[in-house]
Amino acid sequence: MVRVVLRRLSQLGVTLIALMTLIFFWLRSLPGGPVDALLGERATPQTRETLTRALGYDQPIWVQYGRFLRNVVTGDFGNSIRTGEPVADVISRAFPATVELALAAIVIAVGLGIPLGYLAARHHGRLLDNATIVVTLVGISVPIFFLGYLLKDWLTQGTHLFPPSGRISTGVENTGVTGFFVLDGLLTREWDASADALWHLILPAVTLATIPLAIIVRITRAGVLDVLDEDYVRTADAKGLRNATIRKRHVLRNALLPVVTTIGLQTGTLLAGAVLTEKVYNWGGLGTLITDSISGSRDYPVLQALILLAAVVFIVVNLLVDLSYAVIDPRVRVR
Amino acid sequence: MNGPGGMATLADHKRRRIDELTARTAEGGGVSLLRDAGRRLLRNPAAIVGGAIILLFLIIAIFAPLVAPHDPVQRFPELTGGLTVDSIPGASAGHPLGSDPLGRDFASRMIYGARQTLFVGVLATLIGLLCGVLLGAIAGAAGGWVDMLIMRITDVMLALPSLLLAITLVALARQPTQWTVIVAVAVVNVPIFARLLRGSMLAQRESDHVLAARALGVRQRHIVTRHMLPNSLTAVIVQATLTFAVAILDAAALSFLGLGDPDINRAEWGLMLGVDGVRYLEVRPELAYFPAIAIILVALGFTLLGESMREALDPKNRR
Amino acid sequence: MRAPGRQAYWRRAVIAAGVTTAMAIGAAGCAKSDRDSGDKGAGGGTFVFAGAGDPKNFDPIFNDDGESFRPIRQMYDTLVAHKPGTAELTGGLAESWSNDPTGKIWTFKLRQGVKFHDGTALDAAAVCANFDRWSTMKGDAAQSQMIYYADVFGGFAGSPDAVYDNCKAQDAGTAVVTMKKYKGAFPGAFALTAFSIASPAAMKQYGADTVTQSGDSFSYSAFATEHPTGTGAFTFGGWNKATGEITLNRNPDYWGEKAKVDKMIIKVIKDENTRKQELRAGTVQAIDFPAPADRKALADEGYTVLPRPAFNILYLGINQKNPKLKDLRVRQAIAYALNRPQLVQTKGPGGSKVADQFLPDTVLGYAPDVQKYEYNVDKAKQLLADAGATGLTLNFYYPTEVTRPYMPNPQEIFTVLANDLQAAGIKVTGVPRPWNGGFKDDVQQFGKQDLHILGWTGDYNDPGNFVGTFFGRPKDEFGDQAMTDMFSAIDKADATVDQAAKKTAFEQVNRDLASKWLPAVPIWHAPPALVTTKNVQGLVPSPLTGEQFNTVSISK
Repeated sequence: MVRVVLRRLSQLGVTLIALMTLIFFWLRSLPGGPVDALLGERATPQTRETLTRALGYDQPIWVQYGRFLRNVVTGDFGNSIRTGEPVADVISRAFPATVELALAAIVIAVGLGIPLGYLAARHHGRLLDNATIVVTLVGISVPIFFLGYLLKDWLTQGTHLFPPSGRISTGVENTGVTGFFVLDGLLTREWDASADALWHLILPAVTLATIPLAIIVRITRAGVLDVLDEDYVRTADAKGLRNATIRKRHVLRNALLPVVTTIGLQTGTLLAGAVLTEKVYNWGGLGTLITDSISGSRDYPVLQALILLAAVVFIVVNLLVDLSYAVIDPRVRVR
Repeated sequence: MNGPGGMATLADHKRRRIDELTARTAEGGGVSLLRDAGRRLLRNPAAIVGGAIILLFLIIAIFAPLVAPHDPVQRFPELTGGLTVDSIPGASAGHPLGSDPLGRDFASRMIYGARQTLFVGVLATLIGLLCGVLLGAIAGAAGGWVDMLIMRITDVMLALPSLLLAITLVALARQPTQWTVIVAVAVVNVPIFARLLRGSMLAQRESDHVLAARALGVRQRHIVTRHMLPNSLTAVIVQATLTFAVAILDAAALSFLGLGDPDINRAEWGLMLGVDGVRYLEVRPELAYFPAIAIILVALGFTLLGESMREALDPKNRR
Repeated sequence: MRAPGRQAYWRRAVIAAGVTTAMAIGAAGCAKSDRDSGDKGAGGGTFVFAGAGDPKNFDPIFNDDGESFRPIRQMYDTLVAHKPGTAELTGGLAESWSNDPTGKIWTFKLRQGVKFHDGTALDAAAVCANFDRWSTMKGDAAQSQMIYYADVFGGFAGSPDAVYDNCKAQDAGTAVVTMKKYKGAFPGAFALTAFSIASPAAMKQYGADTVTQSGDSFSYSAFATEHPTGTGAFTFGGWNKATGEITLNRNPDYWGEKAKVDKMIIKVIKDENTRKQELRAGTVQAIDFPAPADRKALADEGYTVLPRPAFNILYLGINQKNPKLKDLRVRQAIAYALNRPQLVQTKGPGGSKVADQFLPDTVLGYAPDVQKYEYNVDKAKQLLADAGATGLTLNFYYPTEVTRPYMPNPQEIFTVLANDLQAAGIKVTGVPRPWNGGFKDDVQQFGKQDLHILGWTGDYNDPGNFVGTFFGRPKDEFGDQAMTDMFSAIDKADATVDQAAKKTAFEQVNRDLASKWLPAVPIWHAPPALVTTKNVQGLVPSPLTGEQFNTVSISK
């Protein structure tokens, strides 16, 4: 077991180094680069030269590469070009914001999706069912940034039902503990901060939830329809079990298995959606960070770290899952 | 080379979904299944609606020069005359939908938009498909470490959310053009097609007709190109139909993020919605609504058709 | 404030609690309305301003962008200041200044009794400490961040190009700065926010000079990020990066007109559409850079739209590296081919004007009688034919992923200009490049383009800051290495100490630029704007985008 973990970790190391090398050389082959990104219209050729020297770009590429590797190994990803802060700070600040948003979206998608899907299946072939199918299909086909703009236009302008952007109102005191604003307010008993954060969370979460919601509705509906057809449900029905019992004990439980799988599958969709949603609602999470570090600023250090982060998360999660399977089910051999 | 245990990672679920589709088309094999599926497809109203929508837009796209009242990039004095930065002229004689932000005929741009949008969608899908099919075929035919390497790479690509991958690719491109967008959106689909094809080929490698051909001494390349590839294509076509909708939505999202096609002369719905539509939403909401509705309809058409095809091919539905 | 929705109501009550209390007190104070500055609590309340981007840090000398300068300007003062709403100079930390006949020695009479936020006194020694700090800054990392210093002062101590020589404290209230040569940029450049005077004690305490390179970027000292200490009307309150809010507090001991609000928050909202919506929601009281398309609607809804007097220029650069473009007739044909009035009418932000030269009419040396190049396609075609340049194909670089006050939408501007050129028979190949991903590099360093669009916002009222910046020396941007008479004419005009003679010299430069040299075609001057809610008073838009918020008050 230990040997397996060690081997996997060394594999992780090799993959990361390969990825970093790729990123390093690719970024350096691009026009502009950090020097361009750091200078405005007012730079003189001398400033450009000083800056090139200060960043060590005048040195041979392998010296730069060595320094880059050494920095990364020591956990120093450099500073953001845009804000001058250490990259780790920038990312760790954005991370909870996106997780908060994504969790809220999942709650909405599951909370609404499963009952809706179930209802649609129960009314199979009738108006409610057909309406649900049409709505979910349209839901999948709407560009979500456009939906976000519409919601914002309808619900924050004129009516002021919701705030147009941000995570918390200006002037509301919230003591940062975890970086999850809703949770922070609860932990520090700043109830108004928590309520305010929640109020800011609703629209972005709804926007982000549309696609997962549509998918979960469809999967639940299909799952329930399948299960309703199965022999054990018919048997239960024939046995004269009460409808509610059948529903609870047999139908929903079995129909939900694929739904759970789908929720996992939607994590990626959520992240991609977060890029768009966060831009629409000025939500300071990873999505905004990605757009900010590409569009306009070319903040390569941040971008580099984000790519690595994605890779590390993928590799580590894979490893953990493999290991946990081996622990749970001895028949599965970890290779 | 399936990962140890079919476990719950993201990539594995995507993988499993793809493999499922493969299995459906591979196992029945041959013409009778297709004929059956085709019959079921024609009986499905969803498929008919989807197909009709696609056909309509296809006709508009092909005959755009005949349908459109004007040249989509020409600026008209009668439109620029009333155009200022905060007001855009609405419908007038000869310009049924009024002006766009640069004094061009909006109706003509919407019509030519069908052409450009389908072009982007089709190309992005096709490039993804061809590269994916090629990789998948190589992996499936070669087996061994080649297979292992290709599949590892596709695993990693599948793990990344599609739009993120596309954004990163655009950002790493040297120059933004329409092609960076098409390629970025296409690359995202390569691993899906690769996996699809490889699975299907693996399933066939052990099938009777391939074994028979091999026993008869038919050369390997011949077996692959004449027998295995054609049989794998059904699954690929279904996936391509579904991919198309995602491709045009992704292209629109890139435009919205400022990373899309930089040539605003080009009439493409995603570009029109993501750039002008959002910017002039309050000045003239039609600039957003019309492209948005068009995109939704086309995406809907392809999703309906794709899902129906998938359903029709499902052996469970063979009755 | 409009009636908030049901859900919003209780919430708003909570947020506004502090604000309204203060406002109520403020309203009482306002009624008495004493104009003499420096009373307590006139107005009061919190002023929330939506800016368009993150600041970098708060050490003036290490910055060169407007979003960093906005908070810096509130916390620091410069020796020389601008009269509100103009680019004219007036006393800042120096009540008066004088220049000797050689133009090299500047004597500043400092204001008495001015204190930095840390309580130390602003005196001649402190001023000199700032000058010395800049000129002797050590290390490439720090030096490379001093964009304005390098531009105005040529180089650092020891460099042959260095303009600054020394600074002496004649007495506590008199600082004498000696330059190695005369430069037209002064005294205007003394008013640059980058050259704000900071507390030497605080800089020493918080290690202001340490700029360290880290990967592909830099990190700054505690002085620059946590303890900026100047003499300004506001003191630093904090920077919440998670919410993008910079808090500034009223400086009760300010030497000038004390701030009317108790607190000011600069909230970073990058998306212009969102800034507008926050304004409408009442969560911010003022926004910078509204989308040009939204200005009219906002004005109709009762918001106050404050266009700044245009102090910028957008131009179409022509690169003479292309031999065809060396011919003046071809460049003139390009100028005639552009329908600039139509561009201004259809795409110019409200108040835009066609530019006929490279500086706005408020700047010294503006010549009303330059050659104008009225839109004339036939003439353009004729000139091209005369020059044997029919069927000309040019590549045209334009930036993506950027908006600039002088260029709110580069893609639209490019499309319109390219369209005009095509109509005159010039074939145009558009080359889009990301602003920071190659555009500046390709255009300014490598000169790969035939044509490009770019512009400039003036830093101070001096023709050298416009014309000199663009055409004062050979640049790859214009491929104009051969135009030596242009460089020497600008050099001579810039070195003229006598103001009347300087004016005449620059007027001639501008006339020649239009008729003889034409290295680029001026397009427009486009005023950027601010928008405030109705209850905000006293915000004076500055042509230099150098607004100071101490005069702002919020009424009921």
